[in-house]
Amino acid sequence: MAFLSFLRTHPYGLNLTLATCLGLMMFVGLFLGYAPLGVADATQGLLGIGDQRYIYIIQDIRLPRIVLGALVGGCLGTAGAALQGLLRNPLADPGVIGISSSAGLGAVIAIYFGLSSVYAFSVPALAIIFAIGAMFILIWLAGRDTSILTLILAGVAISSLAVALTSLAMNLAPNPYSLSDIVMWLLGSLSNRSYSDLALSGPFMAVGLTLLFAAARDLPALTLGEDTAASMGVNLKRLRLQVIFGAALSVGASVAICGTVSFIGLIAPHLVRPLTQHDPGRLLLPSGLLGALILVLADIAVRIAPGAIELKLGVVTALLGAPFFLWLIIYTRRSMR
Amino acid sequence: MIETRSLSVSLGEHAAVRDLSMKLNSGELVGLIGPNGAGKTTLMRALLRLIPSDEGQIFLDGQEITHDPAHFHAGDISYLPQGQDIAWPLTGRRLVALGRVPHQTSWSHLSAADDAAIDAAMELAKATDFANRPVRQLSGGERARILLARALAVGADTLLVDEPTAALDPYFQLTAMEALKTATQQGTSVCVILHDLNLAMRYCDRLYLLNQGGLVAEGQPHDVLNDANLKAVYHVDVARDAQSGLIVSHHLLG
Repeated sequence: MAFLSFLRTHPYGLNLTLATCLGLMMFVGLFLGYAPLGVADATQGLLGIGDQRYIYIIQDIRLPRIVLGALVGGCLGTAGAALQGLLRNPLADPGVIGISSSAGLGAVIAIYFGLSSVYAFSVPALAIIFAIGAMFILIWLAGRDTSILTLILAGVAISSLAVALTSLAMNLAPNPYSLSDIVMWLLGSLSNRSYSDLALSGPFMAVGLTLLFAAARDLPALTLGEDTAASMGVNLKRLRLQVIFGAALSVGASVAICGTVSFIGLIAPHLVRPLTQHDPGRLLLPSGLLGALILVLADIAVRIAPGAIELKLGVVTALLGAPFFLWLIIYTRRSMR
Repeated sequence: MIETRSLSVSLGEHAAVRDLSMKLNSGELVGLIGPNGAGKTTLMRALLRLIPSDEGQIFLDGQEITHDPAHFHAGDISYLPQGQDIAWPLTGRRLVALGRVPHQTSWSHLSAADDAAIDAAMELAKATDFANRPVRQLSGGERARILLARALAVGADTLLVDEPTAALDPYFQLTAMEALKTATQQGTSVCVILHDLNLAMRYCDRLYLLNQGGLVAEGQPHDVLNDANLKAVYHVDVARDAQSGLIVSHHLLG
């Protein structure tokens, strides 16, 4: 408890603790997997010395997977925190409000029409375009209404449409192989990802995260509503566009890498919020770090889980996240009474 | 110093403010009074350009700002709306610190000058006692004082306040008005919407009496709040204290 109160009063302490845990788990993740490697082998592999097979396993298979996992988790955690600040609603999450499924639809269209094999960047590009479109529809439907019900209903409507169109694409899939491709990709996974995925999506993520972190001053001002925020110098139109594009870029690029991984953007901000004294601006970084940590841990769990078939990352996060979401709705409803 | 010339504002089809000219001089405490729906809040929101004006002009320190976006002049005009909803349970001090947002950039932290302004504002609004408590755990009156401190912490030359005494008990109603009075003594111009006519009479330097969007009377509180005006605008008869002229009771006409 003393440690938690220390974290609450020292924002740098919280970020440092989360960053240390993340670094540690990323390192641990290097020597966990199908091929059992010791700490020494893994370290040598990381440094590029010793057995070539180990260097290949560590540097070309596990390292990109872990780095991408951390980046995707970081993007989802930060985007969740920023969206919650913008919409002044603790239930906002890229998955719940339909950004992830819309980005998924964009990526599926790129795969379905074979664009992905011609232009590799078409997957992140279409994922991002669809994510931006979904956010605009959400703002149009839910507008400035901060009611939880309107937001969730708008999210459900957008998600349903995206899922319906994704199902249509699967229904019309020309052969069972492309159907299986789409389904496996949609389940969410980090296996077989490489540096080229990082090169493709990394710049979008970087721009998205920069936009989101630059909103750190203005998001707390929204605590008192739009009128007061505007009177305090917050350019509401710009802030809305900044967070929409930031979330769409970072989440769209994440979905392009590993399919739909849900609920990280909901769980991470909620867990660290009390430690940031509920400050929506100060929440962004710790939420991103915790999102990265959760995803790295979930990916380690997927890799070391027993069984012949590897569990999909999106399945694991959904299994963890859905009950959490349920609990959060009950908790929010109670605290609002 | 803020001024309007022949300002008209509509809310949909409804003309909420009609051809209104007013002036708020520096160091002056001016009250906007009038019955519900008179256009007081609409006028204040139009001054902040939160809603567009149909006609007329708004000037800040002699410079026209009628068409400037709402987020312009943030450090010069501070606004405390009525009955604010607080989205997150920030601590009292953190909420007051939001008043310093206009003076910060995206990546900057609170400076020593910011801290001093926050402390002074909390002191003035008598909100220092609950600096470390989450605002959601505060009573309505305590919350109102924190919100007033937030508006004062901006350190703006002009302060627009919408019903700051609504949730307060008599002691803190006076405290809030004293805080605004002190602010004017430090050179701030304050425009305050009030429903308590006695508070308006005791504290304001000048009053603007509005009804159905138009200006009914302007001037010294005792002149504006005469029996004829109160009858015409509020539809009440009043009984006054002979010495101070304050209203001791009021009842429906007829």
